[in-house]
Amino acid sequence: MSKRIVVDPITRIEGHLRIEVVVDDNNVVKEAYSSSTLWRGIETILKGRDPRDAGFFTQRICGVCTYSHYRAGIMAVEDALGINPPLNAKLVRSLMNMALYLHDHPVHFYHLHGLDWVDVVSALKADPHKAADEAFKYSSNPMACGADDLVETQKKVAAFVKKGNLGPFANAYWGHKTYRFTPEQNLIALSHYLKALEMQRIAAQMMAIFGGKQPHPQSLTVGGVTCIMDLQDPARLGEFLTKFKEMADFVNRAYYPDLVMAGKAYAGEASVNAGLGTANLMTSKEFLVNGSEYLFDSGIILNGDISKVFEIDEDKITEEATHSWYVDNEPLHPYDGKTNPKYTGFKDAQTQNGKGEMEDTKVLQVEGKYSWIKSPRYNGKPMQVGPLSNIVINYAKGNKKVTKVVDQFLKDTGLPLKAVFSTLGRTAARMIEAKIVADNGLEAFNSLISNLKVDDSTYTSYQIDKNKEYKGRFLGNAPRGILSHWTRIKNGVIENWQAVVPSTWNAGPKDSKGARGPYEESLVGLKIEDLSQPLEIIRVIHSFDPCIACAVHMMDTKGNELSQYKVDLSCFC
Amino acid sequence: MEQEKLYQSLSDRLGKLSKFPRMKDDGKSIASLLEEHGFSRRDFMKWAASMTALLALPASFTPLMAQAAELTDRLPVIWLHMAECTGCSESLLRSDAPTIDSLIFDYISLEYHETLMAAAGWQAEETLESSIKKYKGRYVLMVEGGIPSGESSFYLTVGPKGQTGESHAKEAADNALAIFAIGTCSSFGGVQAAAPNPTNAQPLHKVTQKPVINVPGCPPSEKNIVGNVLQYILFGTLPALDAYNRPKWAYGKRIHDQCERRGHFDAGEFVQEFGDEGAKKGYCLYKVGCKGPYTFNNCSRERFNQHTSWPVQAGHGCIGCSEPDFWDKMGPFESPLADRLYHSVFRGLGADATADKIGATILTVTALGIAAHAAISVIKKPKE
Repeated sequence: MSKRIVVDPITRIEGHLRIEVVVDDNNVVKEAYSSSTLWRGIETILKGRDPRDAGFFTQRICGVCTYSHYRAGIMAVEDALGINPPLNAKLVRSLMNMALYLHDHPVHFYHLHGLDWVDVVSALKADPHKAADEAFKYSSNPMACGADDLVETQKKVAAFVKKGNLGPFANAYWGHKTYRFTPEQNLIALSHYLKALEMQRIAAQMMAIFGGKQPHPQSLTVGGVTCIMDLQDPARLGEFLTKFKEMADFVNRAYYPDLVMAGKAYAGEASVNAGLGTANLMTSKEFLVNGSEYLFDSGIILNGDISKVFEIDEDKITEEATHSWYVDNEPLHPYDGKTNPKYTGFKDAQTQNGKGEMEDTKVLQVEGKYSWIKSPRYNGKPMQVGPLSNIVINYAKGNKKVTKVVDQFLKDTGLPLKAVFSTLGRTAARMIEAKIVADNGLEAFNSLISNLKVDDSTYTSYQIDKNKEYKGRFLGNAPRGILSHWTRIKNGVIENWQAVVPSTWNAGPKDSKGARGPYEESLVGLKIEDLSQPLEIIRVIHSFDPCIACAVHMMDTKGNELSQYKVDLSCFC
Repeated sequence: MEQEKLYQSLSDRLGKLSKFPRMKDDGKSIASLLEEHGFSRRDFMKWAASMTALLALPASFTPLMAQAAELTDRLPVIWLHMAECTGCSESLLRSDAPTIDSLIFDYISLEYHETLMAAAGWQAEETLESSIKKYKGRYVLMVEGGIPSGESSFYLTVGPKGQTGESHAKEAADNALAIFAIGTCSSFGGVQAAAPNPTNAQPLHKVTQKPVINVPGCPPSEKNIVGNVLQYILFGTLPALDAYNRPKWAYGKRIHDQCERRGHFDAGEFVQEFGDEGAKKGYCLYKVGCKGPYTFNNCSRERFNQHTSWPVQAGHGCIGCSEPDFWDKMGPFESPLADRLYHSVFRGLGADATADKIGATILTVTALGIAAHAAISVIKKPKE
């Protein structure tokens, strides 16, 4: 008999996410449902406001990818108004995006996703001296893995556990059968967990040098950037450079080796070596490094066929709401989206709780509407977005900066290329993306320095003509994948705004044809050891790096009354 | 005399607190715990001194501050996420040098925090329930995010039983020792409560009868988050608050009055457009929309990310993010308030409505006064 399992809240993510699965007698997932349980409505709020303010509102979609929606909001307006900001501004924006990636990816791996791979309690049994030797298997110069560091780490954790009050580590799945690291490997990763807490402050400072603060930097403006004084201060530039190098060092000496270690240790763990889910992949070009070149190129791969990469046709992007809590179901292009909330709620059922008993629960009404996230589609198909898509597409296109790191990683782990198409692959691709940024990003910094010698402009003037209608969009990559914002401006104010966000692409529900979204698809076929401790589900979902606040907002349709909440939702970053 | 009294009352308070049962009964002295975390007593006292200064207390209070920090391990903390962006949690993570802040972070015993906790699903829900029960009346509640309320409360549900965020927040607030609204959303409703507030998002103080200390900012700096917990431990009662229930030590001074560009304001030297010559010289940002004159916070003194910078240093005006309803009252963010034209901030009076038609809110009057200064001082200034 099939059983329904509810996991809510999915913790260690941004936002409010519920996952439900149906398993058969062998505990294999037969069907899955992804639902966002929060709706905020930021696009509706944008209607009627000054287009120059849009970026500040969209920024508050998410405080984790705190820069992504800010830049997108500013650049969508620039696109609409036909503004071309100076090169200095473009390069600063690119560097700030790098600072975000170098913050976001390590924090995701160590502090959000890490505890799915690392058994904290097991690390107590490790021999720190053996662990110190072990670290050299994955790096010729490992970081924070000397016997001294590891003894200290172990002491800290032992003291913490002994207190009998685990605080944020309480009530987790320690000892679960699918944890594959040895105690020594767990200790190495744990040491990096602590080190990364320290490093993320440095990455945040990098952003703040040009951005004023992080989270929520405040130095972008329609037309350019405002941090001209920081750009004209060599000491300030030196600070950025130093912090960038410190982060790059961490990526190369901790993050990369830890993924090699995971690749080897988890090679035999079935629950992470499948779960590609949706095999249609999409990415945008990103990280301008000089006047014309980008680190990553855009493209689309269909059905996992890496022999062909297609270009993106923006007109083929639609969103629909067959299974989303909105009135209008039909697929529409983001410029014309409609959304009118229609909450239908949960129904009562008995499901298995965390103790293995049946308990009264509220479950999704899956035959009808069951999420605040819409279903974006490309040419009618679900698409997976994120680092995996970005890396695979660029690998397929022969981007040398990408093939070099991917080939090295496969060699170091002994994994075949197809291993990338998995939960483990998604997690590894995120690290690979960070490493490519860390190894090549300073090209943008050097271009900025060269340009500053001859050009000190940071801002392009513009006028908004109140008698004119404008339409524009932003398309680029955020840490979780391709992000787009779409706007119409009329009477000098925002007429319509819509964001189609990475986590919307990945976390959306089924469409009218019953095609699953990527989260859902990736769970089907997954075997769960212990239904009361569904660590496997959490691990698969975390590998996408969910960012649910991004997914949850709505949009006004052209001409609709605000009071009626006509909206057009989308985002999940 | 006053100072002695204050010192005495704080001492008494801490004396009482030290009689609270320990949460972690391992019989260890604070000194050995500090040592385990790699801190010398000297580091700790240095940190306590800097925290004392931050809270605007006399230096002689430093030992009390140290004692307060040591006592934080009596304090379980429950942190709830409502309708939010997690920016406030991210800000907490930036908790900075001296790294002893992270020690405090360990010590406050974070019982429930969805972004950081290892448990998920049923286990997470159980942790929340059991923490509320176990530490009833003894825990500190921190809430991040606005709260979809009343008939709109369904816009946020949490947990396998599909409870609304509002009911979670109410229950946690009812049983808390002290309640902090972390960030502008929880303090004042925030971005989702901006007009037309489609989800009826409300601040925390609207969903509970209990007193709430507001720690606004979008997000507030980690110093203001951590500092307020210490403030509470020290005083035992609500700290001195302003009209919006913001602790005065952090929100008592106007940004404009402490601003590094203030001299340029007084001299009538303004950035007229981003990227112009004035921008390169660090002139005042009032004319490109700085809301520092209407905003109370310590950004200009403390800055962000270990004092790396703050918006005004990065050449952008303040947007007033720690003021009530700033999303509706402070826009457009890149023009002076007196110039604003856009309708949404006035709840639909139309795109042609000007500030004059809207009527003289205190804010607008102030704005006009400041604008007058800006205009007059420019006239007075001899041409370069």
